[in-house]
This record gives sequence, structure tokens and C-alpha cells, in this order.
Amino acid sequence: MTDLVNVALNAEGFMIDPNQWTKELAEILARQEGIDVLTPEHWQIIDFCRTTGLANGKAPTLRQITVGTGISIKDLFALYPKGPAKKVAKIAGLGKPEGCV
Amino acid sequence: MKTFLVLGAGTAGTMIARKMAAHLDAREWKVVLVDKDEKHYYQPGFLFLPFGMYRAQDVIQPKRKFIPEKVEFIISGIERIEPDASRVKLTNGRTITYDHMVVATGVDIHPEETEGMLDGGWRTNVFDFYTFEGATALGKFLEKWQGGRMVVNVVENPIKCPVAPLELLFLADWWFTKRGMRNKVELVYATPLSGAFTKPIAADALGAMLKRKNIHVEPDFNIGMVDAGSNVIRSWDEREIPYDLLVTVPTNMGAEVIGRSGMGDEMNFVAVDKHTLQSQKWENVWVMGDANNIPTSKAGAVIHFQQETVVKNLLAHIAGKPITHKFDGHASCYIESGFNKGVLIDFNYDQEPLPGKYPLPVVGPFTLLGETTINHWGKLAFKTLYWNMMLQGIEVPLPNDFSMAGKKPTSSKSPAPQF
Ligand SMILES: Cc1cc2nc3c(=O)[nH]c(=O)nc-3n(C[C@H](O)[C@H](O)[C@H](O)COP(=O)(O)OP(=O)(O)OC[C@H]3O[C@@H](n4cnc5c(N)ncnc54)[C@H](O)[C@@H]3O)c2cc1C
Repeated sequence: MTDLVNVALNAEGFMIDPNQWTKELAEILARQEGIDVLTPEHWQIIDFCRTTGLANGKAPTLRQITVGTGISIKDLFALYPKGPAKKVAKIAGLGKPEGCV
Repeated sequence: MKTFLVLGAGTAGTMIARKMAAHLDAREWKVVLVDKDEKHYYQPGFLFLPFGMYRAQDVIQPKRKFIPEKVEFIISGIERIEPDASRVKLTNGRTITYDHMVVATGVDIHPEETEGMLDGGWRTNVFDFYTFEGATALGKFLEKWQGGRMVVNVVENPIKCPVAPLELLFLADWWFTKRGMRNKVELVYATPLSGAFTKPIAADALGAMLKRKNIHVEPDFNIGMVDAGSNVIRSWDEREIPYDLLVTVPTNMGAEVIGRSGMGDEMNFVAVDKHTLQSQKWENVWVMGDANNIPTSKAGAVIHFQQETVVKNLLAHIAGKPITHKFDGHASCYIESGFNKGVLIDFNYDQEPLPGKYPLPVVGPFTLLGETTINHWGKLAFKTLYWNMMLQGIEVPLPNDFSMAGKKPTSSKSPAPQF
């Protein structure tokens, strides 16, 4: 699957079924979020979020990402400007990080 | 003699210790409850302290008053929990070995987690309202304040009672209006969320209320530091918001003893099965209230709704029977909205808050997601309900299980992700 046509998204643009996700989709979703190229640093974070997100049934919060990857919050914002937790969750095909309910 | 141990005598611990003491055979079981503090705080009342609506006696009572004689109450800090050995070490030197344990050590604020938060301005023009001391100090400040920009900021989520910051803003809008100085005050809500609330339909409704009340929202604001020298908060993406008065909800974390004992996640929350509240790691450990990691609001009302499930499951487990009761994540929050009005939201793990009536269809008497006077009375009645019914083990006449009766489904904007 190399485009978003057959991918179910919610109104906020998060994928509904994380099992539909592919690396190619991640590239497309990243471009929509204003990130043209996914570098290995970007991928390290996406991989972490995919693993913990699928294991826990929900996308990790900013604190979980910084603790889990050892990448500082400042650097996370440099890689994923504005809202790293939300952006990565979107690109990684996970739901919105809840944190707060 | 077997020991049923409860850690923390706050909302959840006080309630479950009483219930279990009533159910367990006193010839066979001893119920022990431990807390470091003699005072019980009615935390929802902290919201009203800054505006002089409540005083200390409304929100503080001696813990002993709510603990039946059958329960052994120990006032001591908890030094370390050793769940592998079913043992707890207290700071008073005592060690308690338990057969079953409920952890209910709650959540505390951590202002030191944000750079600069405790520098200079702390409790001078930077206040929290999640502690009795913070809410009281804010009240003293407001009495004399001449106006300016009041910024309410949530540092990070989750926080207990996620609607409390909105309520503080609504009440501030009303209070400044009443004092004839609303035109001298700018109200700003800086939140890490993209809107007023997590769940879309409620976020829209609450967002519209903020707008109507002329409260400016700064969404996606993840605070990096407080610059107390120049009275500015700065986000990680370099946005700056100047303030004259900063009301912060600092990082909320589970009790430090959870971290020290290696029982929690990075926020010191203990992982449990979200339907049974039993620990995922230790079968004789259960975690109630704010201390656990279940994906619903951390609120007193939630504890009330989850109690029956926990009691039934504990008794079944102790009797060697299978655990069959399931908690559905039911949460119900009165949102004080100022001018003697309030909004009610009611939701669970699967269903976001919807408009309608609660608890009965059409007649209510409470209106969901709409501002009414009776909702405001519901909020104020919660104090009486809390001190006189919940903590005293008297049944509160509200259904535990979430129900769709009375709710009006709108087409949901964000179906839950299917994992
Ligand atoms: C401002 C505010 C407004 C709120 N509004 C509402 C509302 O409108 N409606 C609602 O339903 N809920 C509301 N809440 C939330 C509600 O108060 C909490 O969810 C509830 O009190 C949590 O109960 P708990 O038993 O889990 O924890 P707590 O009641 O906080 O009790 C934890 C106990 O553990 C003890 N403890 C912790 N560590 C140790 C240790 N190491 N040794 C010994 N003792 C220890 C503490 O002393 C404390 O007594 C509000 C909270 C706040 C702060």
C-alpha cells in the first residue's frame, strides 16, 4: 500500500487500524506533517513508539518517549517540531497519545 | 491471623479498608491501614479555596473519623514495598507481612520537574491549586491582586481531575466579574492538549464555553521552563507567554514509594488489569484510585464506581474462586462553570462524553454537556456526599456501571483505535 486512499483515518488524521501501517505510509504521513525526510534518528523514535504502542494498546506520551529512547525533549522537538508525541503517533500509525483522559 | 493491608488512607484507601473489614471474618483477618498524614483532605474542594467559597474546615477532617474501630490505623510513612515477599517496611521501623494488599497511595504534584518553577516566583506570583497550601496561598494573592494577565498552565498529562484547570478559569472569570475587575484581567489557558479536553465532543463544547467567556486558549503548549526573572513561560518549541499571575498544574506523579520500590512506570503509576484493578505482576496486589495506570480520569467519582468491582473480585480471589467482575472505566465529572452553573460529563473506556441527561433519560435531573444551575448544585452537593456518605460507607444512589440511557449519540469524530 503506497497511498492513503485505502487507509482509515479519524477526523484528526490518526490511523484507526495500526495494522494497516507500513514504512511507506510513514513517509507519506511524515510529509503531511511537514517532515520531508525521515532520518535514522526519526526512525529510532518511530520504532520505539511502534513497539511500545502495540504492546500497551496506546501511543506513548512525550515523557515515555524521552525516558524510553534517551533522546532529550529538546531534541525530540527539533526532530518533530510542535508536538513530538502527537506527530510521531500519527506517523507511526498509532492513535492519539492519550496521557490525559 | 491473616493480614489485609491497605496503603494510603485517602479517598480509595479509607473506603476499601472499611468495606473489607465489614466483609472479612474478624476471627481470621486483620485489616491494617497505613498513612503518613493524620488529616484527610477533600481535594475537590481545593478549587473553591482561592475564591473564598470554602474554608479550611470544609476541606480538612481528621482521618480517624472515617476509619472504623475494626481497622488498625497506623500513622507512619511507607518506606518500601516488597511485593515479591508480600512485605512492607514502614518509616517507623515496623515491617508488615500481608496476605492481600490494596495500594492506594494516590498522586502528588512535582513542581521541581519543570525548570525554574521553584525559582523566585513560587507562591509569590506562581501558584498551584492541587495542594491545600497552594490553593490557600493563591486565595491570599487574589484578594489583593489589581489585575493583569492570569495564565493557567498544565505542565503535562495525565493529571488528576483533568477538568479542574478549566473550572479554575471559569470560576476566575465569574469572580473577577463579580468584583467588577474582569476588564482588568486577561485569562489565558496554556495546555499541552490540542483543545480544551481530550475527548472530541466534550472538547468542542468546552472550547466554545472558553471562547464565550473570553478565555484565550494556547493549545499544544508543552512548557519547557518558567523564567521567573522576566515572568514568562517558554515552551519547548520556543513560544513565550508572559504572565503576571501563573497558576500551574505541575507534573502529577504516583507516590515516590512506588518508584523506590520498583513497582511503577516512569510516572510511578502501577500497572493493573484495567477491568479488575489487580496488579499485572503480583496476584495478591490490587491498586485503586489515582495510583494505578487505568485509562480513565483520576477522580474520586471513579473510585466510587470501581469500588464494588474490587470488593467482589477480592472476595472471590480470597475464596479461591475466579474473578468475574469487570470495571468499565466509568467516570462522571461535574465541571463548575461559574455564575452558579455547572456542566456534567459522563463517560467510560469506550464511550466519550455525550450530550443528554443523567442519570435518568429526559428527567435527569442533571444535564450532560450543557450549563445548568442544577449541575452546579450537584457539584456542591458532592462535598456532603463525600464526607457523609462515600467515606462513611453509605451507599450513594448512583449506578456504578456506565449507561447509554439518556445520552444522545452524535456521530463520533474519533472512533477508538482498534489494537
Ligand atoms: C484540585 C482538585 C480538584 C478535584 N476535583 C475533583 C472532582 O470534582 N471530582 C472528583 O471526583 N475528583 C476530583 N479530584 C480528584 C480526587 O480528589 C482524587 O482522585 C482522589 O482523592 C484520589 O484518591 P486516592 O485515594 O487515589 O488518593 P489520595 O486521596 O490522594 O490518598 C493518597 C494517600 O496516600 C498517602 N501516602 C502516599 N504516599 C505515602 C507514603 N509513602 N507513606 C504513607 N502514606 C502515603 C497520602 O498521605 C494520602 O493520604 C480533584 C483533585 C484535585 C487536586
